[in-house]
Amino acid sequence: MKTMKTLLLLAIVATMSSLSAKDREPGYDDGYEIGDLATDFSLKNVDGRMVSLSDYKEARGYLVIFTCNTCPYAQAYEDRIIALDQKYKKQGVPVIAINPNNPEKSPKDGFEAMKVRAEEKGFTFPYLLDDGQKIFPKYGAARTPHVFLLEKTKAGNEVKYIGAIDDNYQDEASVETRYVEDAVNAMLRGKEIRINTTKAIGCRIKI
Amino acid sequence: MKLLVTSVFFVILTFCKTDPGKDKAAAGETSLADFPPKYIVSNDSIKVDVYDFAGFERFLYIKDNKTYVINFWATWCRPCVAELPYFERLQKEYNDKGVEVILVSLDMPGMLEKKLLPFLREKKLRSKVVVLNDPKQNDWIPKVNTEWSGAIPATLIYNKENRAFYESSMTYEELENNLNTLNDNR
Repeated sequence: MKTMKTLLLLAIVATMSSLSAKDREPGYDDGYEIGDLATDFSLKNVDGRMVSLSDYKEARGYLVIFTCNTCPYAQAYEDRIIALDQKYKKQGVPVIAINPNNPEKSPKDGFEAMKVRAEEKGFTFPYLLDDGQKIFPKYGAARTPHVFLLEKTKAGNEVKYIGAIDDNYQDEASVETRYVEDAVNAMLRGKEIRINTTKAIGCRIKI
Repeated sequence: MKLLVTSVFFVILTFCKTDPGKDKAAAGETSLADFPPKYIVSNDSIKVDVYDFAGFERFLYIKDNKTYVINFWATWCRPCVAELPYFERLQKEYNDKGVEVILVSLDMPGMLEKKLLPFLREKKLRSKVVVLNDPKQNDWIPKVNTEWSGAIPATLIYNKENRAFYESSMTYEELENNLNTLNDNR
C-alpha cells in the first residue's frame, strides 16, 4: 500500500511538473525558443581575438552562457561553468561565455575587468564582450547566468535548452538536477531533452 | 483498481488540506506577523524573517481588503536598491489607504548578516522586509508569475480581485500608476 501510494504520488508530481512545463509558454522573453536557429556572432575575446561559433569546425554543439563579473549568481556558478567546459569540450560541446552587460552602466563588467576575472579564475573557455549589446537580445538572455545549449545541425545551430545550470545555486553538493548536463548528455545521445527550459533568479542584464 | 482510486483520493486529500492562514485571511484582517518563518536572522536592533517558498507563498494570496505590493529585490541588485525609495514612498503615502508594501529580499543566506542586516539598519525601511531563501527556483518562480524569467527587480501588485506583474524597474510615477490602474479596475 505504502509503495503504491509513493508510486502514485510520484506519478502525480510527474504529471504536474510536465503540465507546468507546458504552461511555461515559449517566448517568456522575446528571444529564441526551443527549436529556433541561433545566430552566430563575432565578438572580442579577453585574449584580444575575435571568436565565432563557426570557428569551431569539429563542434557538435555549443554551450553559449551569458554571464558577467559582478553578479553574485554568476560568481556562484563560475567554477561549475569551468567544469562544464572541461567535461564537454572534449565531447565536442565547448562553453562560449558572453558578458552582455553595458560597461558604462556596470563598470566592473568592462573589457579590462573581464580580462582580470578570466585570468584570476583560470577560464578555460572564451569570455567575450557583447560589444554594443547586439547579441544578447537576439538570444533573449534576460539575466546572468543564462545558458543556451545549441546543437550544430545541417540547417544551423538549433536551440536545445534555455535556462539555469542546475537546481541549486547555493550549494553544489545539494544539487538534485543538473539541467545543463542532462540536456547535453541527451543531445549527444540523440535523445529527447526532458527538461528543456528552466528559470532561475539572476541579475537583470544592464543596458 | 479500487485500491488505486482510494489511493488517488487520499493523495488529492493530502494536497488539498486546508491552510489555517488562508481561512483567517478570508475572515478579514490579516496579520503578516502570523506567517511563521523558517528561521529568523537578527542583530541587536533588527530582525528579519526568512522563508522557504512553501512558507512564503501565502504572502502572494492574502484575501483581505488591502492591496499588496510585493517587490523582489536584493542588496546586490543595483537597480533594485535604486528603486527602493519609490516603494518606501508608496508605503508612506498609501498605507492608510489600504496598501501594504512587502520587500522580499533574495539575498543569499551567507549575505544576510553581512549585507542585509547592516543595509536595513542604515536605511531604516518602513516597509515590511522578509527574506525568501529557496534554491529550487525553477519550481517557485513560475508560481509567482508564469511570465517571470527570474530577473530582478520584479514586482507583483495584487488585491483579492486583480493581479499584475512587472518584470522591470519602475519610477515612482509608474509604480503609482500601476497601483491605481489595478485598484481602478476593482
